[in-house]
Amino acid sequence: MPRIRDIAKVCKSKNAGPFDLTIDVVFDDPGLFRRVRATGVLCPELFARLYGVGAGEVLFTEYEAGLAFKATLPRLVPAGDIGDTDVYGAQQHTPLLDVEIPV
Amino acid sequence: MREFRMVSTSGILGYGYPESSLNAALERGVDMIGCDGGSSDPGPYYLGSGKPFVSLRAMRRDLRLMLLAAIRHRVPMVVGTCGGAGGEPHLQLVADMVREIAREEGLHFRLALIHAEQDKDLMRRRLREGRTRPLGRMAPLDEGVVDRAERIVGLCGPEPYMRALDQGAQIVLGGRSSDPAPFAANSMRAQLPPAQSWYAGKMLECGAAPALPKGPDCLHVTVREDGVICEPMGDRACTPMSVANHSLHENASPIRHVEPGGVLDTSECRFEAVSAKATLVTGMRWMPAETYTVKIEAAERVGHRAISICGTRDPVLIGQLDHFLGLVRELVRGKAQDLEISPEEYRLTIHCYGRDGVMAGREPVREIRGHELGFVLDVVGRTPDIAQAVIALARTSMLHSDFPGRLCKEGNMAIPFSPSDLSAGEVFRFSMSHVVMPDDPYEMFPIEYESV
Repeated sequence: MPRIRDIAKVCKSKNAGPFDLTIDVVFDDPGLFRRVRATGVLCPELFARLYGVGAGEVLFTEYEAGLAFKATLPRLVPAGDIGDTDVYGAQQHTPLLDVEIPV
Repeated sequence: MREFRMVSTSGILGYGYPESSLNAALERGVDMIGCDGGSSDPGPYYLGSGKPFVSLRAMRRDLRLMLLAAIRHRVPMVVGTCGGAGGEPHLQLVADMVREIAREEGLHFRLALIHAEQDKDLMRRRLREGRTRPLGRMAPLDEGVVDRAERIVGLCGPEPYMRALDQGAQIVLGGRSSDPAPFAANSMRAQLPPAQSWYAGKMLECGAAPALPKGPDCLHVTVREDGVICEPMGDRACTPMSVANHSLHENASPIRHVEPGGVLDTSECRFEAVSAKATLVTGMRWMPAETYTVKIEAAERVGHRAISICGTRDPVLIGQLDHFLGLVRELVRGKAQDLEISPEEYRLTIHCYGRDGVMAGREPVREIRGHELGFVLDVVGRTPDIAQAVIALARTSMLHSDFPGRLCKEGNMAIPFSPSDLSAGEVFRFSMSHVVMPDDPYEMFPIEYESV
């Protein structure tokens, strides 16, 4: 079964302000985007499980114009606070790479 | 049809751009030259300390070319969030640089400074009046947070920029601002609608980021009554997909963008290539808010940092890492107490690269797969002296602590530097993400004019 790393064009994370992390999975083909969407694998519960937050804390958007799925959720520690490991939030995407999508 | 043309030189003033790209944009025709000057992304240190996060040399180079172009072409030049964090020292730094360049180049113009650093008394008054509100998961504002703040800034909307331009300023330097606001202001002042103006600002605030391939460069945007055309300079293109995807960048939502005075809704946007390099975007909507709000940010000091870097490739140690690190923490705690430093006066964080140095508690891989581990020992102490004392204890404890089965009796760690402990200065944390309801869009952002 293909994993996100096999079929996505972009999979990235970044701060959305100092208190939130936003994660994008972007495809480059409208047909593939719709097939991925139809599987329902990319959903708030998936991000909640991978990042250890409640599903209610995940703001999830299917963004068809950009063939993208976006999830925004609380950072583990606010950017730059004591104990933060990733001030820009740029390396928090990897748990998604191996998620399998049955397309 | 009415049109307004803007160029943004780069994502942040001081990140650099090719001079040939600015010239290409000028040849294309521009009605204003702008650049976003900052971001909260590099963290709270810059807001707290009053320092910039780009080099002065790089900032001066970017500014000089923009100033020369603006004066030569008789168009406004506008920079928002000056100096990185947009506080008073940041704004003054850029203002001094502009005056200095003007002197060197013999340029004369009317300059406006829009101040965005906030007075604590005004914040306390708004707090008592119930005219503040927390954003996201923040707790409601209280006086303690206001008192402890090292610096508070408000995110300026477009209105003060429009006023400064109306008053005849050609060069406008703003403190902390909503990133698109300086651009949106210029466009709205040219009688273009708010939706298209804000959308243009959203594109321009990051330089050529909406284009492919990615790289620091200039973006030329034409605002029309029905839409926005984005065209990068240099060997790049704005495609319908690259522009659509720019709405994902550093936003919580790609379709709903909250700004002072309203919300930009991009859910119905349509993207259409109009040339090999340019894309036309239509269908954006602006929903005015019932109440005008200004977002505020602040940083408070949490202490002083000292760090040390070391690594191990000893398999006996790596095999019992948690036990070993527990031992180190215990030793540091005891030895610190011998120096009359209580556990409340410092925080020791041990970043362990090779295990969970990148994701910490969110790392899904629990076992260690590599043959060596790197450590960054991080101490934040109440004073510089405490940070220095505790980092020395942490380093020697990592180096010399005994553990079961230890063969490396002379030392557990490879330490790459002498001196091994580095002082990393003051440490701040972001302490506010709230909104204030002002009397009007201007009261928190006084404008000062001068002739240069």
